[in-house]
Amino acid sequence: MARMISYRDAINEALTLEMERDETVIVMGEDNAGGASAGSPGEEDAWGGVLGVTKGLYGKFPGRVLDTPISESAFVGAAVGAATAGLRPVAELMFIDFMGVCFDQIFNQAAKFRYMFGGKAVTPVVIRTMYGAGLRAAAQHSQVLYPLFTHIPGLKVVVPSSPYEAKGLLIQAIRDNDPVIFCEHKAMYDVQGDVPEGAYAIPFGEANVVRDGDDVTIVALGRMVSVAEEAAKELAANGIEAEIVDPRTTSPLDTETILESVERTGRLVVVDESSPRCSVGRDISAIVAEQSFGALRGPIQVVTPPHTPVPFSDVLEDLYVPSAQDVVNAVKTVADWKR
Amino acid sequence: MTDRATVRTEQGLDADGLRDAYRMMRTIREFEERLHTEFATGDIPGFVHLYAGEEASATGVCTNLDGRDSIASTHRGHGHCIAKGVEVKGMMAEIYGKATGTCRGKGGSMHIADLSKGMLGANGIVGGGPPLICGTALAAKIQGTGGVSVAFFGDGASNQGTTLEAMNLAAVWNLPAIFVAENNGYAESTSSNWSVAADNIADRAAGFGMPGVIVDGFDFFAVHEAAGEAIARARAGGGPTLIEVKFTRYYGHFEGDQQTYRADEVAHAREELDCLKRFRARVIETGELTAAELDAIDAEVLQLIEESVTEAKAAPVPTADDLLTDVYITY
Ligand SMILES: Cc1ncc(C[n+]2csc(CCOP(=O)(O)OP(=O)(O)O)c2C)c(N)n1
Ligand SMILES: [Mg+2]
Repeated sequence: MARMISYRDAINEALTLEMERDETVIVMGEDNAGGASAGSPGEEDAWGGVLGVTKGLYGKFPGRVLDTPISESAFVGAAVGAATAGLRPVAELMFIDFMGVCFDQIFNQAAKFRYMFGGKAVTPVVIRTMYGAGLRAAAQHSQVLYPLFTHIPGLKVVVPSSPYEAKGLLIQAIRDNDPVIFCEHKAMYDVQGDVPEGAYAIPFGEANVVRDGDDVTIVALGRMVSVAEEAAKELAANGIEAEIVDPRTTSPLDTETILESVERTGRLVVVDESSPRCSVGRDISAIVAEQSFGALRGPIQVVTPPHTPVPFSDVLEDLYVPSAQDVVNAVKTVADWKR
Repeated sequence: MTDRATVRTEQGLDADGLRDAYRMMRTIREFEERLHTEFATGDIPGFVHLYAGEEASATGVCTNLDGRDSIASTHRGHGHCIAKGVEVKGMMAEIYGKATGTCRGKGGSMHIADLSKGMLGANGIVGGGPPLICGTALAAKIQGTGGVSVAFFGDGASNQGTTLEAMNLAAVWNLPAIFVAENNGYAESTSSNWSVAADNIADRAAGFGMPGVIVDGFDFFAVHEAAGEAIARARAGGGPTLIEVKFTRYYGHFEGDQQTYRADEVAHAREELDCLKRFRARVIETGELTAAELDAIDAEVLQLIEESVTEAKAAPVPTADDLLTDVYITY
C-alpha cells in the first residue's frame, strides 16, 4: 500500500527512527530548537531549522537536539569532534553555500582523519545541507556544490532524488562510519513520494535505474532526475527509449551500472545542476569515455547550467537551470549524430 | 559629496541636517512598509528581510559618513543602502528582478550594492561584511583618504568567526573601522539572550582592545552621537570601535515568518519607542523643525516610493543575453 509523504517528512522520519534506535545520534543546527531553547519570551516553538525539516524532534528527544549560534566553523567542527568521541552527530548546515565559513573542519579535518591517522579514526558525522536553484534565492543561496565535496577523498556525498531515496540514504548516512555530506535539494522539500513506514537503508554506491530504455543512457543527479523523467516521456513519444540512471551517491560512485547501461545503449547524456567545470557530470563523462569508448555511437552530452553564478531574476534563473527541453535537445544531438 | 556631514557632527545637526536625517529614516520606513504589502501580493521573488524599526541605526551612523567612506551590510540591507545614498528607484527595481535594478536584476534584495556610493553590498552570508570593511579601511589608510569603513551586522552575526577575526584584525592593524552590531533580539528564531554568551555584544570589545558602547537603537540622536564620536576617532587614527545598537525588528525574520517564537513586543515598540515618532516629538518640541515641514517630507517620500513601485513593475526584465555577462571582466 503506497504511503505518500514529502521529501521533508521523509528526512524527518529517518532522523526520528535513527534517534529512537540509537541514542548516540544527536542533531544540531541553527534554529533547530529556535524559540524553544532560547528562553525567549515568545511561545514555545521549536522551528526545526529554517525550513522545518527537524520539526518535532526537539520535544521528542530531550537534550539531543541542539541549537547553535551562527558559528558554523565551531559547530560543524564540534560535530566532527563528537563523532570521533562516540556520538553520531547530524549537523545541519542550512545552505550548502555556507560551507564557505566552515570548510576547513570538513575537508582538512573530518575527511582526513581516517587516512592520516593510519586507519585508527572513526568519524561517523553527517552534515545535512540544502542546495540548488529555483527559489529566486540568488548567487549565495542557490549553488550546487556537491562536486567540491566529491572531489575530497574521505568524504561520502549523497544527492537524494526523491522522498524514498532521502529516507533510505539518510538512514544509511547515519549508520555509516565515514563522514557523509547529505545534499537536500531545497526546491524538493514538498515533493511527495511513496515511502515505506519502517526503517530501511539504501547502500551507498548503488545507482538506481529509474527507467529502462535501450536507445540512450541519461545519468541524472538529485532534482535533475525528475527533469530527465519529463524529457524521457517526450522522447518516448518520438520513439526514443531513454534509460535513466540515478547514481544516488556521487562518492562512492556506481560506475558499473552506468558503464553497463552505456555499453547497451551506446549513448550517454549526463544531467547535472552544478556549474559545468570540474563537475560530477564531467567526471562521469570522462569515466565513460575512458572505459566504454568502444561502445559510444556518438559524443557524450553534458547538460548543465552555464558557467555563471546563479542569477536572482526569475527570468534569468529559469534560463539558468537545465530544463527537460535541454535534455531532449541533448539526446537528439547524440541520437542524430553521424560520423 | 562634501564634508558637510562631518562638519555637522562636530557642531550638532542644523535644520538641514535634521531634515535630511528625517527624510532618510522615513524613506527607509516607507520603503519597507510598502515592500511588506507588495510581498504579500506574491509579485516579489525570493527572500526579503525588512529593516523597519531599525532605521535609526543606519541613519544615525551614515549621517556621519561622506563620499570617502564605505559600509558593508547584511541580508537586512535596504536601510543601509538607502542611508548610504543608493538610488531608491534602482533598489526597488532590483528587488523586482528588473533590468533597471541597481544590480540589473542579478542580485536581488539580499545583494543590493553600489560601490560608487561606498556601499559594498547587502550580503547573503552572515558575517560576510566585517572582513571586507577591514579591506576598505586598509585601502583608505594606505591611500591616506581619511575614509572610514563601517560594518553593520546582526546579533547573530556577532557570533560568526569572521566577525570576531575582523575585529581583532582591525585592532592590530589600527584600522579606521567601525563595527556596528545591530542587536534586534533575534537571529531568525534564536534569541540573542541565548546565543550571545556575554551580557552584551559590546562587552566583547574589551577582548579586542577597542572601545565598546551600547546605544538605544530607537534613538536617532543617541546613535548619531555615538557613531560620530567613534568615526571621528577612527578618522584621526584612533582605531576601531564596536557599537552595539539595541532595538526590535518590526516584522518577521523574512517576509512570511509567522514569528511564533516571540511574544508581541512589536506593538509596544511601534507605539512607545519608534525612532520616527521620537525624532518628530523631539525636533518639534525644541522648535528645530515644524510638524508641517515633517509632514511635507512624509508626503514627498510616499510619492517617491509610489513612483518607484510603479516604475519597477513596468520596467523590462533582463534578457537571455544578460545571463552570461559580467561573470568576468575579461576571459
Ligand atoms: C553563514 C551563514 N549562516 C547562516 C545564514 C542563514 N541566516 C540568514 S540571516 C540569519 C540570522 C541573522 O541574524 P542576525 O545576525 O541577528 O541579523 P538579523 O536577521 O536579526 O538582522 C541566518 C541564520 C547565512 N545567511 N549565512
Ligand atoms: Mg538579529
